Amino acid sequence: MVVEVKKAVFDSLSLDNGATLSPVEVAYETYGRLNDTRSNAILVLHAFSGDAHAAGISPETGKPGWWDSMIGPGKAFDTDKYFVICSNVLGGCRGTTGPGSINPVTGKRYAMTFPGITITDMVRLQKMLIDSLGIRKLLSVSGGSMGGMQALQWAVAYPDSIESAIPIATTACHSAQQIAFNEVGRQAILFDPDWNEGNYYDGKPPARGLAVARMVGHITYMSDESMRQKFGRRLRSKDKFGFDFSVDFEVESYLRYRGGEFVNRFDANSYLYITKAMDYFDLANGGQSLAAVFESTRARFLVISFTSDWLYPSYQSVEIVRALRSRNVDVAYCELPSNYGHDAFLVEVGEQTELIRGFLARTFRERAAA
Amino acid sequence: MTAETPATVSGSGALKRRDSSIIADLIEPASRVLDLGCGDGELLAWLADNKNVDARGVEISTSKVQRAISRGVSVYQGDIDEGLADYPDQAFDYVILSQTLQETRAPLKVLRELLRVGRKAIVAFPNFAHWRVRLALLTRGRAPKTSLFPHEWYDSPNIHVLSVLDFEELCRTEGFVIEHRHCVSGARRVTLLPNLRAQTAVYLIRR
Repeated sequence: MVVEVKKAVFDSLSLDNGATLSPVEVAYETYGRLNDTRSNAILVLHAFSGDAHAAGISPETGKPGWWDSMIGPGKAFDTDKYFVICSNVLGGCRGTTGPGSINPVTGKRYAMTFPGITITDMVRLQKMLIDSLGIRKLLSVSGGSMGGMQALQWAVAYPDSIESAIPIATTACHSAQQIAFNEVGRQAILFDPDWNEGNYYDGKPPARGLAVARMVGHITYMSDESMRQKFGRRLRSKDKFGFDFSVDFEVESYLRYRGGEFVNRFDANSYLYITKAMDYFDLANGGQSLAAVFESTRARFLVISFTSDWLYPSYQSVEIVRALRSRNVDVAYCELPSNYGHDAFLVEVGEQTELIRGFLARTFRERAAA
Repeated sequence: MTAETPATVSGSGALKRRDSSIIADLIEPASRVLDLGCGDGELLAWLADNKNVDARGVEISTSKVQRAISRGVSVYQGDIDEGLADYPDQAFDYVILSQTLQETRAPLKVLRELLRVGRKAIVAFPNFAHWRVRLALLTRGRAPKTSLFPHEWYDSPNIHVLSVLDFEELCRTEGFVIEHRHCVSGARRVTLLPNLRAQTAVYLIRR
């Protein structure tokens, strides 16, 4: 199944920090068909480094989407039954307006003049996209990690526009540890001389800084167990130590490879803006209790976490679930066993499929089928 | 326990467990139901499909939670002893505790919580005063092992065993009103000498 990226353009978007972006472009893909009553639409929300290409084969790269194992005919998000939408987030670098886009006022890239953004801003733009597609109420919003934060934000900001939400491996509030890892990544970029105050689009990008940032990220996405299984202490193409700081271990080789590869598909300034948006994320806005923000929530919830995920540990999912229960919101929760760490939400297809398929089927039957 | 007994009770014949079908018959259509220790969600799914019930559950076992959610039932993976505290008062019309009371660490606290969270509670438990249990203890002089209590004393989950009389006395002292009692032995309902003859007792109680 080859899928084309589509574009939607909106005149303006008001942001949490008071600024207005205009115009704003959104890149998105769709899979399956919208039914006559427009009641079978599901918005899938990508994680930090994802994009609109969630499923099918991209004609541009020839690659499957980031959640292709979960979206398609007969899969968890069954495109024989549901109409699935995925858009690149605000601030991204894969077709939606971000710091690498041209500012129409100056005719130059925004770079560091791009306004600071939040998860709320991303979701506000997604709501405009969904409205423009003529969809009044989504059957579900779902995503892992940063995608899960957006799903939660949807439930709070637009309670009447969703029937259900499936936040996976996520949190209602970025913790000090999560902020700390993001800050290490940002510092790596900011200290790369090639970053040049964000103005590198006509020259060399801060490839070393961005690669280091990605290496740190990848460590947090795996687990001690999965790294031991995948790499152990195996040496890379040698049988004794080099004593020269070249690659000795497989794990070093892997991190360098993933870091280097990331530079080709991701913009360093987007890295800065999007990680900040995650760090600003606190569904309860600092003051209120989490239960209070769910006051007008009517959606059903399926919350999923993974045993070995230490970046978004299960206790953060339990906090969400407990707040929902105290509001007597219909919520299912399962902590799935996995060795894959945070990556589990992309890898553990079989068990997630079972949960999501059953949850969506009943949601559709009880709330949308009529 | 009575799990193997084929159910023939009115209305809920499709349910595999005899006590489940008794419980299902006690529940009014379109009510809000919380099932604690709901297993793979069979009863809840049945209630949602056949009685239009708003069905929720709590279950500790991951694999059972997975099966329950995959059949569309909203189940929370957690522990009953601490799991009830989050719910607001009177959030449910019925809270079900089936074959689990004897496994909880603090049964009285759990019972009080059931009737805080639910307007009514349905409690089913194996009767420890059944004559086979008494006989096993009397003749063998060892912790009873029967079809109802099949475990060795050291690996039994049943840490607070009780009888029909025990339960009713507790209801009296706590001021719980017993609206309905349904005792069974195998597939048969027991009305005469239930404390001696009932294998399983199902109660509908309220404050």
